[in-house]
Amino acid sequence: MKPTPFGYVKAASLPQALDLLARHGEEAQILAGGQSLIPTLNMRLSAPRLLIDISGLADLSGIAVAGDILRIGALTRHAEVEKSELVARHAPLIAAAMPHVAHPAIRNRGTFGGSLALADPAAELPACCLALAATMIVQAPSGSRRIAARDFFKGLFETALEAGEVLTAIEIPIAVPGQVFAFEELARRHGDYAIVGIAATARKAADGTLSDIRLAYLNLESRPVLAGKAAAALAGTTGDAAAVTAAQDALAGEASPHADLNATPETRLHLARVLLGRAVARLIA
Amino acid sequence: MSLSILDRPNSYIGRTVPRPNAKKLVQGRGTYVDDIKLPRMVHVAFVRSPYAHARILAIRSDAAQAAPGVVRIVTGAEMAAVCTPWVGVLGHMKGLKSAPQYALAVDRACWQGEAVVAVVAHSRAEAEDAAQLVEIDWEELFVVADMETALDPETPVIHPELGDNLAFRRELDVGDVEKGFAAADAIVEETYITGRHTGVCLEARSILADYQPADEQLVVYHSTQAPHMMQTIFAKHLDLPETNVRVICKDVGGAFGIKVHTYPDEMATVALAKMLRRPVKFIADRMESFVTDIHARDHRVKARMAVSKEGRILAIEADDRTGIGPYSVYPRTSAIEANQVVNLIGGPYTNQNYRCTANVVFQNKNVMCQYRAVGHPIACAVTEGLVDKAARAIGMDPAEFRRRNLIADDAYPYKAPTGMVYEGLSHHKSLDKLLELMQYDRLRAEQAALREKGIHRGIGLAAFIEVTNPSAMFYGVGGARISAQDGCTIRLDPTGVITVSIGVTEQGQGTEAIMAQIAASSVGVPMDKVRLITGDTEVTPYGGGTWASRGAGIGGEATLQAGRALRENILSVAGTMLQAAPQTLDIRAGIIVDADTGAERMKLEELGRVAYFRPDTLPRDCQPELMVTRHYVQKDYAFVFTNGLQASYLEVDTETGFVTLLDHWVVEDCGTIINPQLVDEQIRGGVVQGLGGALFEECLYSADGQMLNANMADYLVPMASEMPDIAIAHVVTPTQTSELGAKGVGEAGTAGAPAAVMNAINDALSPFGASVAAQPFTPERVLRALGKIR
Ligand SMILES: Cc1cc2nc3c(=O)[nH]c(=O)nc-3n(C[C@H](O)[C@H](O)[C@H](O)COP(=O)(O)OP(=O)(O)OC[C@H]3O[C@@H](n4cnc5c(N)ncnc54)[C@H](O)[C@@H]3O)c2cc1C
Repeated sequence: MKPTPFGYVKAASLPQALDLLARHGEEAQILAGGQSLIPTLNMRLSAPRLLIDISGLADLSGIAVAGDILRIGALTRHAEVEKSELVARHAPLIAAAMPHVAHPAIRNRGTFGGSLALADPAAELPACCLALAATMIVQAPSGSRRIAARDFFKGLFETALEAGEVLTAIEIPIAVPGQVFAFEELARRHGDYAIVGIAATARKAADGTLSDIRLAYLNLESRPVLAGKAAAALAGTTGDAAAVTAAQDALAGEASPHADLNATPETRLHLARVLLGRAVARLIA
Repeated sequence: MSLSILDRPNSYIGRTVPRPNAKKLVQGRGTYVDDIKLPRMVHVAFVRSPYAHARILAIRSDAAQAAPGVVRIVTGAEMAAVCTPWVGVLGHMKGLKSAPQYALAVDRACWQGEAVVAVVAHSRAEAEDAAQLVEIDWEELFVVADMETALDPETPVIHPELGDNLAFRRELDVGDVEKGFAAADAIVEETYITGRHTGVCLEARSILADYQPADEQLVVYHSTQAPHMMQTIFAKHLDLPETNVRVICKDVGGAFGIKVHTYPDEMATVALAKMLRRPVKFIADRMESFVTDIHARDHRVKARMAVSKEGRILAIEADDRTGIGPYSVYPRTSAIEANQVVNLIGGPYTNQNYRCTANVVFQNKNVMCQYRAVGHPIACAVTEGLVDKAARAIGMDPAEFRRRNLIADDAYPYKAPTGMVYEGLSHHKSLDKLLELMQYDRLRAEQAALREKGIHRGIGLAAFIEVTNPSAMFYGVGGARISAQDGCTIRLDPTGVITVSIGVTEQGQGTEAIMAQIAASSVGVPMDKVRLITGDTEVTPYGGGTWASRGAGIGGEATLQAGRALRENILSVAGTMLQAAPQTLDIRAGIIVDADTGAERMKLEELGRVAYFRPDTLPRDCQPELMVTRHYVQKDYAFVFTNGLQASYLEVDTETGFVTLLDHWVVEDCGTIINPQLVDEQIRGGVVQGLGGALFEECLYSADGQMLNANMADYLVPMASEMPDIAIAHVVTPTQTSELGAKGVGEAGTAGAPAAVMNAINDALSPFGASVAAQPFTPERVLRALGKIR
């Protein structure tokens, strides 16, 4: 379990990191918290020739609110997000998901952006970003661009990031009055990647009717997905039992659950249905 | 007659004293094999078979040989010239057969992960780099993966020279099983499956071999449980005189039975040191550990039980099938686990009508062998599963059902249908204590109340017996050079410190603390005046090491006797010096005192000073013998059995199939308790490993023999967050086979925990008419039992 030999540069600035990335192309990899990358090196699942360590770039770290946007720097450690009052107030869904992301020791080093750039289908944060309609801010030598979360997660460990691009920040619309959230997941052991999970949000009117519903699933498919039909089945209802059943049936119609060592597609769909019910119960609570 | 060690003044027996080696380990200053660096040392990495069964057509290693840092590349054929193969059979396991196993595969590999080529380089990283450059042409062969079909006529035979894929069969038929079933009011049956899993040691397997050609001396630093056994094996297969081989075992980071076997890659490492005439180190990495550390527990047992409506067990019948990989592991063999299953099913109960067949088959998966509580959790799950089913079938409370069938506390010695004789067990006292500890009736009421609210909790009981303090019947009689006896040497140093060296070893469980407590009590010195030496074949008395829950019971008694003999020798010298009869003197807290009054007569260091430096002042016929050795072997029974019960309280989420463990209780009788904290933590650690097997751990294999989860992300070891509180209580029935009275305790926790959990889950599921019998009890399996998924 020793990595193949590799070079290492601790980037002093974002332009330097981008320059190195441009020059070394496929041979180079960005190193953020290293919690996912280093194990893959040690297991020889990947063998980059150069690691560009961006962990010293202070500009890429931090949490701030500007207007109705919560901005989380890509290098912000999970632990900082977990403890952040701004996140708790303006993105309670992320605050609810954070304790499920790995273990405290890993959260001390792993980064918010690293989790999104990695795009593990079972990761919590991509699903949260999808539910919250977040925007990824991406920098290339030629300039920056913005990618909506729903266009960002392309497939298994695959994102819209192009060669030479670095994820610098994530922008999340702050919670509005009446907006409710629910996060639920099922993991065999605390801190494990979940068998399946749901990140949900909706607008709840004074009479209890739900609207603007977004139900994002993690590890249901090979990338985080929005269950649009299930959400539609709930829209305009109060999340009563009949509506939940309808939403669960709609989910069965739209989901293509994948298989892994923990669950067959059938199990996964069953659990996803159960979590849908539990998430709605939280939303209307 | 002097006082027994148990009631000597200042005895440490029964006291929780801190472990002398704990501070060092907590500070990270232990010496594990990987901490040892020798001049000219090189590292080996292995190219391993990617296939479960494949012929080696060609090996091309030119590119690897030219890679940076590479010292030597060795294939199976070259290795076979230096290290002879071995066959894992024992004389008393009638019919057990296996094929010669080589340090490196010669013509073909028989499981995924088998070492094929050794790459030696200046660093492990360079060795791994070069290993990637070794090219092997393979011809894939048929794969025997499924143990169920391994004996079918259409299944190819892995070792044609053996005739079939059957390694071992044991058949036992005692009493009148037919009559028992004919008389039954109810018959229950089930197929119990225990998942293949392994003991995941914090410190992976590690070895460093240093060979001095000038005097043909081989020193092996080894993370092992049995240094003397390994000394014999290294000498035999590397053609060295046994006395020229020294095995040193410093700190060991957990072993659990994993580190008591002959591993091909370790044999290859030692052979490489001989070939290269320089030190060679091998530290298994986590991924190769998963495909090479012995696996265990892969059993399928079809079993049934006959009961009367009064709740008496009338007969038990079982059929065990287990797949052990392509070889029986050397030298303990892979027949022992199934043999123990046969010996232990029905063990706590009075039933005398028992029939059991075990078929042990070869297959193309990693080898299986002895892991903590060998066979016990399997037999316990079968027995206790049937017991709960039977109680349910006749509508009797499971605690009451057990009470009616457990062997009476005054029935000992008791001969089980297997022929095993139990010296003295305390099932009924233990059951009473358990029910009180867990507040059984209150818990039942709580369960019923919660069930009304749709919360499904279950209570599961499991009675067990444990094999401890083995005699030579375990291995020695079968021809294996595995010692059932152990020796202890204690020396009084001039400073009044005693140095204790002993054949049993420390792997993290606190053996050294226990030996120090016994030695201190037996001689009469304070704990800080005891120094321990273990794990060095050149220094310690010959012994078996630490396995089969023998450390405290066997090593402890040797220590007690050595300590007493030293005390007597010291007092004889003191008597001469003080002109007092030795029997009027005693040693307490390191001081020679008047036995009646406790008044100080002389400090031990004063006696040491005179004995060692001024012997001229002693009478001519007074020769102090201040170093003594005593040996002990348990000869009265094949094993000194222990007993106990466990209980689990848990909640099943019937929508998701998730099981949450809420509470766990253990009542255990290990005889004399030397260090209560160490005993309890042994039990807790054992329970956790049992819970791991019950809920999480499984080596998953594909149909073509590939292990699918050979890493710590996918192989789920139990972790703290999922563990319940584990409350422990004891009944104490000392063994009469030794003065110390201690039996083993290392495997009790693991033996009973899975059965308790299974019974609790099934108790929770009973309103749904659902039950599970295949471990681990994953959410998917629970959901399937509930009919929520197919
Ligand atoms: C035992 C364990 C359990 C875990 N459990 C969970 C879990 O339950 N849920 C979960 O979500 N995660 C889990 N993780 C993963 C953890 O959250 C990681 O830290 C995270 O996924 C990646 O963040 P990182 O900063 O460590 O990224 P790194 O490991 O440094 O990088 C990961 C990948 O992303 C790329 N990358 C990183 N940052 C950027 C960037 N700014 N721009 C472009 N590319 C970038 C890297 O090049 C690399 O390919 C677990 C990890 C471990 C070791």
